Amino acid sequence: MIIYIPTPLRPFAAGKDAVEVAAVTVAGALDELTQVHPALRKHLFTSEGKVRAFVNLYLNEEDVRYLPAKEATAISANDTLSIIPSIAGGGPVAEARATMAPSIELNIIRRAALSRTETGK
Amino acid sequence: MSALRLSKAVYDAIRAHGEETYPNECCGALLGQSTAEGWSIDSSVKAGNSRTDSAHNRYRISPGELVRIEREARKQGLSIGGFYHSHPDLSAQWSPTDLAEAHWLGCSYVITAVAQGKAVLTNSFLLAGETEENKRFELEPIEVSE
Repeated sequence: MIIYIPTPLRPFAAGKDAVEVAAVTVAGALDELTQVHPALRKHLFTSEGKVRAFVNLYLNEEDVRYLPAKEATAISANDTLSIIPSIAGGGPVAEARATMAPSIELNIIRRAALSRTETGK
Repeated sequence: MSALRLSKAVYDAIRAHGEETYPNECCGALLGQSTAEGWSIDSSVKAGNSRTDSAHNRYRISPGELVRIEREARKQGLSIGGFYHSHPDLSAQWSPTDLAEAHWLGCSYVITAVAQGKAVLTNSFLLAGETEENKRFELEPIEVSE
């Protein structure tokens, strides 16, 4: 099967964007991948050997977390496994704003927000 | 020093997306190619914000959508080089949440401040470092070409 390597992990996989493995389970595929490219291990697994929480694994169209057998799921040669780190974030919550480094630009925007609140628009 | 290079069309599309979703955050991916000087972006892809519980100050792209975006990028011979999102009525500065939730080392994170529905400033931050433990955001110039 083919394992697709996401952009941030390619430097730890000899620059490859895909790696072919011959394993028969998802866990086996990851094991084979990290044996060939050991530098990937710390990016994929915790020190306890579990897949890091922000690392998503998709077997074809399915999130491996939601497969009945999870990482023990059997795979075939035609399957693909995508490794996708999560992407999320967002602006600071109200109580955290005061701790942010002040800037002229930030203050301008704050005034705009206050003005909006004051006028009730 | 790295820089993020993109066309004016892509730059405008990112900012327009932030205005479109105001007062909620927008988000999307940047597709391009890695160069010695940083990412050269060919196109942007809008994504849905799956944080419907707190869309005004949080964003998340569902992993399923990310997989589809990456597959499409591969078909075009491109890579995901970064992501963008907006900060409604806040600065174009990364937040502690942005850093904590950033895992695409070597990629650019673009933030647009949208004040009262108008995009006012766009910054790009390279997620530098080699591991989760020493990752950091570094402000990088945005080079916009016509």
